[in-house]
Amino acid sequence: MINGAALETRALCKSFGALRVADSIDFRLERGARHALIGPNGAGKTSFVNLVTGALRPDAGAILIDGAEVTALSQSARVKRGLARTFQVTALFRRLTALENVTLAIAEREGVADDLLWPAGRHQGVIEEAYALLEALDLAEEALRPVNTLAYGRQRLIEIAVALGLAPKVLLLDEPAAGVPSSETGLIAGVVERLPPDIAVLIIDHDMDLVFRLARRITVLVEGHILVEGPPEAIAGDPQVRQVYLGERAPGSARR
Amino acid sequence: MATEGLVRTGVSARREAIGAFARRHRYRPLEALPWAAAIAAFAVFPSYLPLGSQILATILFALSADLVLGYAGIVTLGHAAFFGTGAYTAGILAANGWGEPISGLFAGAAAAALVGFLSGLIVLRTTGLALLMQTLVVATLLHEAANKASWITGGDDGLQGMDVWPIFGLFRFDLFGRTAYVYCLVVLFLGWWMARRVVHSPFGRSLTGIRENVLRMHAIGAPVVRRRLVIYTISAALAGTSGALIAQTTQFVGLGTLSLDRSGGVLIMLIIGGVGRLYGAFIGVPLYMIAQDRFSEVEPVYWYFWIGLLMVIVVLFGRGGVLGLADRLRR
Repeated sequence: MINGAALETRALCKSFGALRVADSIDFRLERGARHALIGPNGAGKTSFVNLVTGALRPDAGAILIDGAEVTALSQSARVKRGLARTFQVTALFRRLTALENVTLAIAEREGVADDLLWPAGRHQGVIEEAYALLEALDLAEEALRPVNTLAYGRQRLIEIAVALGLAPKVLLLDEPAAGVPSSETGLIAGVVERLPPDIAVLIIDHDMDLVFRLARRITVLVEGHILVEGPPEAIAGDPQVRQVYLGERAPGSARR
Repeated sequence: MATEGLVRTGVSARREAIGAFARRHRYRPLEALPWAAAIAAFAVFPSYLPLGSQILATILFALSADLVLGYAGIVTLGHAAFFGTGAYTAGILAANGWGEPISGLFAGAAAAALVGFLSGLIVLRTTGLALLMQTLVVATLLHEAANKASWITGGDDGLQGMDVWPIFGLFRFDLFGRTAYVYCLVVLFLGWWMARRVVHSPFGRSLTGIRENVLRMHAIGAPVVRRRLVIYTISAALAGTSGALIAQTTQFVGLGTLSLDRSGGVLIMLIIGGVGRLYGAFIGVPLYMIAQDRFSEVEPVYWYFWIGLLMVIVVLFGRGGVLGLADRLRR
């Protein structure tokens, strides 16, 4: 495919009563992109994520993954097409080990999770892959510990590991560093920076330091529509953006 | 050299972690204990074999409830619907000229599985309290249907005149309940073996995922609704087998097999033993039923009070049931 974006929305609309959370959003996430979606609270970022993942049904418009329309598909069918996400508030299998968390994702991807006759341990390849993924994110030491006994920063990383276990083409990171002490934010940013270059990454966040460190393209969402889109320098210099979102401070020093 | 050592520790840590994870389904010596106890009870308490068979069959029922409640996190107050369906199916067959027990069991399991699948299609769309109410409604509807259809079920008087043939045409159900006990034990063993396989399979692990975090299960692309329906149907089949066992060994089926008492009772027994650990049923059911038997003999009027007290103690001091308590003591 020549011009198929990894993820695309066309004239995407969604309203809750009088409130328009998505107002004809045309959005393209190119293959291998490092793209950020920013906007003030209530701009419709979370609704946009929910529309893309299939948790919400749009009123109108289309969603395409890898050039193929998925608007009518269920959440799990979209995952099978290569769409993975992390959650703003960590959503893991809390009482299960880190290794098991990742294993469950890989088992789904590999389609072995419907096997109900043979022990899970027989699928050695799945477990090995899960462990290798934890190793790559420097989480091997915690592999056999229940995730609810781990520090929150580590849980955020496992959240990313679970999403990577799905071998996604598109990865939505919903505030990947939310709730993490600022001393550990760099660690998470480092992991995002080292993600395989062929994965298209969309970071939804309002932590400006993180966004400007990671993104090579930024879309600003305000009141359900795209205000402006461009490379970080252009966004930082855009007077409209400074007014509605960044305040008068320079982006490099802006805090939420 | 130092790096080489590090690499080697990394490799062995890796092998260890993966090995520990991959070997979780292996049998441990302790798992033989319930079976040893059941065989010993056969020799030691010959006059209690009828109670023993009831206990064994009820363990299978509690085990089936554990699959949905403990593993998939489906809260139900209507599990008696499947137990009763199995009991009435086997019972009606035996009362109408087909007393062959093994095929009766399969018929009971199949009928219950069908009821589980069809009702699951509807009730599993909901969760939490709504689900609880809907499961209750299914059981109540069946209870009322069995009550009205007295020409075939015997209605309020119960189903009379069952004639259960010898197992394999060889082993007659005797007055002392020896055949019944061994029959129940073998069926329970097979049911447990199946449940254990399911629990340790990738499918079973994914059920645990659904229990722990449905949101995340959707996000990793799991067909959550289908998985829940599959386990609900399997569980219904096991519950139906249990009902058929009790019908065949007591040669009677009453409306009580479909009652809220039955649905609630099995949950209480399971909670006493410990939910979501496969062996809770093996502890809670004997504990409850033996206590009930003893209390009702000593205190024929007020025995329910003592059962209630036992429940209060378990809920107050024993979160996770007897097995949860054992876990905490071991630490």
